[in-house]
Amino acid sequence: MRPGAEAVRVKGWFGAHRWLILRRVAQLSVLALFLTGPWFGVWIAKGNLASSLTLDVLPLTDPYLFVQSLAAGFMPGATALIGAAIVAGFYALFGGRLYCAWVCPVNVLTDTAAWLRRRLGLKSGRVPDANTRYWVLAGSLLAAALTSSLVWEWVNPVTVVQRSLIFGLGGSLTVVIAIFAYDLLVASRGWCGHLCPMGAFYGLLGQKSLLRITADRRSACNDCMDCFKVCPEPQVIRPALKKAGQDSPLILDRDCTNCGRCIDVCGRNVFHFTHRFDQRSDS
Amino acid sequence: MTDPSTAKPARTPGTSPASVARRKFLNGIAAAAGTGCLLTLGALMAGRPASANPAQALRPPGALAEDDFLSACVRCGLCVRDCPYDTLKLAPFGGAIANGTPYFTARQVACEMCDDIPCVKACPTGALTPKLNDIHEAKMGLAVLSDHESCLNFLGLRCDVCYRVCPVIDKAITLENVHNQRSDRHAMLLPTVHSEHCTGCGKCEKSCVLPEAAIKVMPVALAQGKLPEHYRKGWEEKAKHGGSLIGDQVEMPVRGMEDKAYGDSRVDGPAVGGLNSGWKP
Repeated sequence: MRPGAEAVRVKGWFGAHRWLILRRVAQLSVLALFLTGPWFGVWIAKGNLASSLTLDVLPLTDPYLFVQSLAAGFMPGATALIGAAIVAGFYALFGGRLYCAWVCPVNVLTDTAAWLRRRLGLKSGRVPDANTRYWVLAGSLLAAALTSSLVWEWVNPVTVVQRSLIFGLGGSLTVVIAIFAYDLLVASRGWCGHLCPMGAFYGLLGQKSLLRITADRRSACNDCMDCFKVCPEPQVIRPALKKAGQDSPLILDRDCTNCGRCIDVCGRNVFHFTHRFDQRSDS
Repeated sequence: MTDPSTAKPARTPGTSPASVARRKFLNGIAAAAGTGCLLTLGALMAGRPASANPAQALRPPGALAEDDFLSACVRCGLCVRDCPYDTLKLAPFGGAIANGTPYFTARQVACEMCDDIPCVKACPTGALTPKLNDIHEAKMGLAVLSDHESCLNFLGLRCDVCYRVCPVIDKAITLENVHNQRSDRHAMLLPTVHSEHCTGCGKCEKSCVLPEAAIKVMPVALAQGKLPEHYRKGWEEKAKHGGSLIGDQVEMPVRGMEDKAYGDSRVDGPAVGGLNSGWKP
C-alpha cells in the first residue's frame, strides 16, 4: 500500500496533502515575488535568493553566501551584513531547514525524485553518510579560504537553479538532471538529505529554533511506517515517536526540515506543528 | 565501553560490540570526509579558471579587481536588475565566465555611464565598490584600436565614429594628425586611446562601423602593457629637473661634414639644409 493511503481515506485527499500543497505554494510564491518585476514590471523582490531587496526597503542576504565571502577574505558591505543578520535571525528563531522545505526550489526536484523512486520501487545505488554534508560545508569554506573566491558557487546547484529560474538563464538543465538522476537512481534523498552544504548550514543555524513537529499522540501510532517512508530525513522521527534516547515527543533533530509530510500521511493524527517548549504528550 | 576489570579474555580483539560500533562509526566518518573532499575538489577544479574570463566580458563599473571580485560578488543580480539599459547580464552556468556573476559585452550593449551609477548603488556587498562616485573614474576596461589594417581612419578616411561617440571625447580618444605616407599629400587622423581617461564603457566598440570592430574594449589587465619599474622617460625627468640631468654633452660632427654648419653643430652660423636638425640632447 502506498504511504498515506490510510490518511487519504481518513482525512480526504486535501487533508492528506495539506502541508505539501502549502509548501509548494510557498516555494512558488517566493519565485513569483522575484518574477513579477521582470515579467509584469511590478517589482516586489529584486535580485535573487543569494541577496535581494524587497519593496526597496528590506535587504536580505543568504548567510551561507555571506560566510563563504568572509572565508574568502572579504568583508561584505553593510547592506549585505544587515541582510544576512535578518535572514540568519529568522531561521535561527523559527527553524533552520524551513529554508529547505519551504523556500528552496531544488526541494521540488528532489521530492519528485524521491516520490518516483518510491513509486518505481527502485532500491539501486549507494547512500552516502548523512554527515557528508558537514564535510562538504567545511570543505566549501576551506576552498573559499584557499582560493580567495566563492568556489562552491561555481557548482552550487541550489543557487544555480534558483538564479536560472529568476533570471531566465540557460545552462542549468545539466545541474537539474544531475541532481534528479542522483536522487532517483543512486541515493534516496541523496542531495538534500546527505550532501547539500547549504542544508547543513541552515540545519546548524536552526539547532535551537522554536518551530518543531511533535509526535504528541504517539500512543495512537500503529507502526504503519508511512511517516518514515515519506520523511526526507527519516532518522529524525524515531527519538520522538519511539522514545529512543529521549522522553520528549518533540522532533528536536537539526536535520528535520519542518516539511510536515509526516503530519499529512499519518492516518492517526500522531504529529502536529508546535513550539520547542511544548512537552505535552499522551504517553 | 567494556569494563576492564570484568573484561572477557576469550573475546578476540576487534570483535566486541563496542569496537564494531567504533569501526562502523570511523568508517562512516572516513566515507563522509572522503565524499566531502571529492565534492569540494570537484568544485575547486571547476572554479579555478575563474580568473581567466573571455576578453569580451567586461565587469560593471566599480568592480573590484577580478580576484577580489570573485570573493565579494554573491551573484545576486541586483546590479543587473537596476541597470536601466539592460547592459548587464548574469553569466549562465557552464560558460567561461564565473557563473552568476555580472558582465557585459560592449559590442552588444555598451555601458551608458549613468551619472548616478545605479548598478554600484544596488550592490549589497561592495563587489562593485561604493567608493566609485564619479562614473568617469570607472575602469571597466580599456579600448584598444586593435586592427590598424581595417580601421577606416588608418586607411585615410574620416570615419571618426569611435571618437565622436566617446563620452570622454578628446580625452579618452583623440584624433592624432599623421602624414599619410601612401598618398604623400593627405593627413591621417588616427583615433588614439588614452588609458588615463578611458572608462571602458564600450561605446567605441559598439559603434565601430565595420562588420567586426577594429577598436575593442578589453579588461584592463589584458589590454594594458607595463613599463619596467626602473624606466624613466628622459623628457619627463628633464622637465621635472629643469634641464638635462647629465649636463652638456660632447657633440660630434657627422663624419665628412666637419667644419660645415649643416654637418657640425660646433660651427656657428645658419644651417642651410644638410643633416643638422638643430636637435640637442
